[in-house]
Amino acid sequence: MGLDFSVLPPFYGTLALGVLWTVAITATAAVLSFFGGILLAVIALYAPIVIRLPFRFLSWLFMGTPLLLQLFLIYFGLVQIGIDLPAFVAGVIGLGFHYAVYNSELIQTAMIAVDKGQMEAARTLGLSRRQALIKVVVPQAVRDVIPPIGNNMIALLKDSALVSVIGVSELTLSAQRAIGQTYRAFEFYAVAALLYYVVNLGMEAVLRWFENRNRLYR
Amino acid sequence: MTQHFVEIRHAQKSYGTLEVLKDISLDVERGQIVAIIGPSGSGKSTLLRAINDLDPLTGGEVWLDGVQVNKTLPHRQYEKHINEMRQQIGMVFQHFNLFPHLTVRENVTMAPKLLKKISDKEANALAEEQLDHVGMLERIDYYPAQLSGGQKQRVAIARALAMKPKLMLFDEATSALDPELVEEVNLVMKQLAQEHMTMIIVTHEMDFAASVCDRVIFMDKGVVVEEGPPEQVFKTPTQERTRNFLRKHLEGAK
Repeated sequence: MGLDFSVLPPFYGTLALGVLWTVAITATAAVLSFFGGILLAVIALYAPIVIRLPFRFLSWLFMGTPLLLQLFLIYFGLVQIGIDLPAFVAGVIGLGFHYAVYNSELIQTAMIAVDKGQMEAARTLGLSRRQALIKVVVPQAVRDVIPPIGNNMIALLKDSALVSVIGVSELTLSAQRAIGQTYRAFEFYAVAALLYYVVNLGMEAVLRWFENRNRLYR
Repeated sequence: MTQHFVEIRHAQKSYGTLEVLKDISLDVERGQIVAIIGPSGSGKSTLLRAINDLDPLTGGEVWLDGVQVNKTLPHRQYEKHINEMRQQIGMVFQHFNLFPHLTVRENVTMAPKLLKKISDKEANALAEEQLDHVGMLERIDYYPAQLSGGQKQRVAIARALAMKPKLMLFDEATSALDPELVEEVNLVMKQLAQEHMTMIIVTHEMDFAASVCDRVIFMDKGVVVEEGPPEQVFKTPTQERTRNFLRKHLEGAK
């Protein structure tokens, strides 16, 4: 049984849809992980201990356990306590929170590294601590960590394949379904890999645009 | 009650067992320009930073225009109070502390827009007016990283003035500048002096202090050793410690 790429064309539609779902889940989870990461970083650094501790536990949970297990827990486990999430939502929450925790670590380090004089100057003008954080400290910290956050986002794209196990028809699951009908594993997995690579290139372009946009102030 | 524009009453500050301010009392009148000089570690910056509660005192009171700056209030109320007080007290730092992610214009307009709820148009007019005042209008859309040290400091002064403060504090505003850039900042400060802005200036520049200030305060080891008009403090200091400091400073300048 040699390779036969002529089995692909009937499944172009399926694969295209798979790419769209992969992009959709990655983009949504990326946005969640970005803003969630900022929120977690601010909580970790500035919130009172009664808020900080539960969040630290949650962060530990998301960082210290397999993402696959987290997805199972969110999708299959939460139903038992009455939280019945659509697979897509469960996937976004799992991926988004998982990477929010990683982003938060980066943002925390960057926030600590923002010069102390920045907070002082903002407070001196009459800004509250919260205003100073939002307007002065966080924007600088985030700009400093866009490249490493970008690396996380590329990892997120690749990990989005995991949501196939809870039934989101993204690229990997689409390829699997095509293989189920054709028994052509190599052809479809290879083309899926190629498509991931293309999406990756697109994402890198977006990240580069963000980095360049922030270059001027240095 | 208070009669002076700025009153510092029995200011005391210690870090553990280290006492950096020892019972300092000081008055500044409206429109006065006061220089605080002294060796490093004398507590002069700490005193200045206590005036807007950036370094809170461990004892004593600071009053501005009849209102106690560091009054005892529950946390939330105190935050509101101190933010209002700080809007009236401009501060300029040794290392400028401009916001690097914002343009010169945004540096100047951020606080007024946020705290005084002025429109974009008013904010722009304000930025142009303040930047023109310090001769930086041409660089209004530059980022801080594109400016020289002297230019940065002039923008920092404009940023502070945009809040229309009653009092300006300068914490070694020219110490981090290359010698050839000091003069442009000094000129802006002199201009402010002519406009009768009340200023408290921590400085190492005796010439500047002598030419601009109404009063010079010499601090050492957390106390005010000597104070008076610049003529008297610089030409005929009464205290041995002042004489030593000035002599060393003159030698250093040579």
